Amino acid sequence: MQAATQTFPHAHAHDTHHEEAGFWSTYVFSSDHKVIGIQYGVTALFFLLFGFCLMMVMRWQIAHPGMPVPVVGPLLTAIFGGTVAAKGIVSPDLYNMFGAMHGTIMVFMAIVPLAFAAFGNYVVPLMIGAPDMAFPRVNMASYQAYVVGGLIMFVSFFIPSGPAQAGWTSYSPLATSIAGDGQTFWVIGMVFLITSSLLGAVNFIATIIQLRAPGMTWMRLPFFVWAQFVTAFLLLLAFPPLEAAAIMQLMDKVAHTSFFLPTGLAVGGQLANVSGGGSPLLWQHLFWFLAHPEVYVLILPAMGIVAEIIANNTRKPIWGYRSLVYSVLILGFLSFIVWAHHMYLTGMGIRIATFFQTTTIIISIPSVVILTCMFISLWGGSIRFNTPMLFVMAFLPMFGIGGLTGLPLGFAYSDLHLHDTYYVIAHFHYIVAPGTIFALFAGIYYWFPKITGRKMNEFWGQVHFWPSLIFMNLIFQPMFAQGMAGMLRRMADGGVNYSEAHTPGVIGGLSPQIMHMHTYILWAAVGLAIAQIPFIINFFWSINKGERVKSDNPWEATTLEWQTPTPPPHGNFATPPHVYRGPYEYSVPGKAKDYTPQNEPEEADRAIPKAAGLARAQT
Amino acid sequence: MDIPYTVEPRPDTGLYNAKVGIWLFLASEVMLFGALFSSYILLRVGAPEDYWPHGWLNVPIGTANTLVLITSSITTVMAWAACKMNQFGRFKFFHACTILLAMTFVCIKSYEYHDKFTHYEIILKDGKIADGHIVSNDPKSDRVVISGRYVEDRAELYDLTKHKGPHKHEEISIPRDQIKKMQNYGPWHNTYLAIYFTLTGLHALHVIGGAVVIGFLWTTGNKMWKTDRERFTNRIEISGLFWHFVDLVWIFLFPVLYLI
Repeated sequence: MQAATQTFPHAHAHDTHHEEAGFWSTYVFSSDHKVIGIQYGVTALFFLLFGFCLMMVMRWQIAHPGMPVPVVGPLLTAIFGGTVAAKGIVSPDLYNMFGAMHGTIMVFMAIVPLAFAAFGNYVVPLMIGAPDMAFPRVNMASYQAYVVGGLIMFVSFFIPSGPAQAGWTSYSPLATSIAGDGQTFWVIGMVFLITSSLLGAVNFIATIIQLRAPGMTWMRLPFFVWAQFVTAFLLLLAFPPLEAAAIMQLMDKVAHTSFFLPTGLAVGGQLANVSGGGSPLLWQHLFWFLAHPEVYVLILPAMGIVAEIIANNTRKPIWGYRSLVYSVLILGFLSFIVWAHHMYLTGMGIRIATFFQTTTIIISIPSVVILTCMFISLWGGSIRFNTPMLFVMAFLPMFGIGGLTGLPLGFAYSDLHLHDTYYVIAHFHYIVAPGTIFALFAGIYYWFPKITGRKMNEFWGQVHFWPSLIFMNLIFQPMFAQGMAGMLRRMADGGVNYSEAHTPGVIGGLSPQIMHMHTYILWAAVGLAIAQIPFIINFFWSINKGERVKSDNPWEATTLEWQTPTPPPHGNFATPPHVYRGPYEYSVPGKAKDYTPQNEPEEADRAIPKAAGLARAQT
Repeated sequence: MDIPYTVEPRPDTGLYNAKVGIWLFLASEVMLFGALFSSYILLRVGAPEDYWPHGWLNVPIGTANTLVLITSSITTVMAWAACKMNQFGRFKFFHACTILLAMTFVCIKSYEYHDKFTHYEIILKDGKIADGHIVSNDPKSDRVVISGRYVEDRAELYDLTKHKGPHKHEEISIPRDQIKKMQNYGPWHNTYLAIYFTLTGLHALHVIGGAVVIGFLWTTGNKMWKTDRERFTNRIEISGLFWHFVDLVWIFLFPVLYLI
């Protein structure tokens, strides 16, 4: 397939002196950044689907508590046994397991590997004109650590006590006190996932600093590369404290230390047999010191993808490139000093709360700058509404809703009411689901032709997009109302015990309207699941049957990843690229075509446009 | 296309790739140990007054171990300098010293661990507390023998720096049926020992890991000396930077755990 889709003769010339490699070293133990990127992408998409399936079971349980789960009910009983899943009914314990693992899988095993590792690995070296990552074998080790971590998490579903059930935040002492080995698996799995991110982050930063092609100055980097650069720093510096916390929780669980267990801790009405003296708050601080930068790890690569696709499909430079770069740097820095806004309800002093409220509101400024730049970029463009662009256009308002609804959570006063309710769920899902995941879909549709030499089907892309957009909103919009009405998250029965129907006349009970929303959300989730089927079929079908691209640069883009053969061979570029200009030279007045690739020499513009390509082929 | 700047430095950064990589890795290590040191501070300020241990560790042994690691840092630099000066024999000698010193450090550390694991606090049913090292703890025998002392108040066990001079240690034989609770000084004993074992254990893993890497470069890895001398020297420098970091962590660990 590779030889068939290469359209430039120089690509062949390159391939002839590249020795044949076997199946295992080409596809499994490969150190090529593109193969590793694809490995990350496919694995992460699998986990994305898996996490989604867990959510479907949870939504059924919330809408119809105590009713057997249709279709998969017998499977649940078979795997989890008669105690937690009797007759296909989801018990509160099983609900907690699914809730904890849904969060863990989605954040650490689906979105981060897909947004950062998959797209970053495939695209960043190409964009900066590098032959590979700086440390190819470290890169391979990073993927392997991710697979091991993912397998440990996956296997924990099949151990007798089931997986972790203390939420994706794994607050101690709850996480330590629950009997069984689920939490131990979780912690060990996390250590592997953290190691994987760490190796990846070192590699990305070193690659971007060291391997930029000649002429690729910092201010000529595509915004996607900047976004990945800052993301890598967040992973590099924020993940180790969670690794430390994970080690300490592991010690609490295995060596019976008391890092997070206070004196006088009672478990199940009995005084726990621990030495005490630990601090539950310590876990929360260490966890959120990671987990707040982590939310920017979730969103920054998505913003990078959005910037690339907007510039390409509006056929004009991205508006405010420098503002974007400085905003993303400030965002990265500030994300380290806002973590305690997740902890207003822990009884922190008013001065500390004030500090964290201030930084939290300040960090919204660079976020708004980035989003505003993206919106202004649309102004006056002749927009091509293809599938990637549709997803990006949806990203902008969806991320806007997610961001703006975060402001009330940033103030301690309003957070007291909204904390731990469905409002929070709706808020961060708006950012990650119709926000980040839409941007990731856009990225898949956008870079698919570079990876396979074929485009994904446009019609089925639209069939994927429109229902997804509608159902996403039908799922998450009602949750704002539920949250403001006081419905708490993590309730296995969807709040039946707090409803007016359960206790008539009670003040502040959940009204029937609020409770009925569960049913609507369930069916919207089913709709969303059905809407993903066109994507899955389109994805696999297009690999071999999709419309073949006619050139190496089907979207007529300026950035370097489109100036390679398709798909890029090992070593990427036929000749070492030289960069002459910024990343978004679209519709430059006086030019023959409406895009000027970064590596096109100036002289070529005055002569015949093809001359540059010929000159390259001859050298 | 080959990956550039694997050996020669990139002109605008002045660094070769691996050096950027190791400094970034060390930055994350700083955050890892930084989080643990922060946890130490939080646990210590959260502890009730008089119940944070002082003088539980043997300062002369700790000092000796500090000297061992500092010496190994010097030999590491000397090994790298020998590579730079094209003296392979000197390199072999100095890194042999580094590896031996690393092993010495781990042995001394295990001796200290062993000392803690055989040290028991035994609470008797009448409220008295016996504290000392185990002499015999045969499950078949109905008596436990330790070499130590009795205290009336648990607080007496916490600050060992107050009492100058050696404690009166005698052999105490306790009937097993008098024992209410018997626990050795493992990480489960209290949060000080928990953070002590976690910090020094993680540090010891770093020492072992570093020694394995240096050992590899000293043995089979030194084939590169013949094929690509400059790259081999860079590898010695990179592993040396990691080794210095591991030493530096100990320089912080020693006063924090042993002295203050």
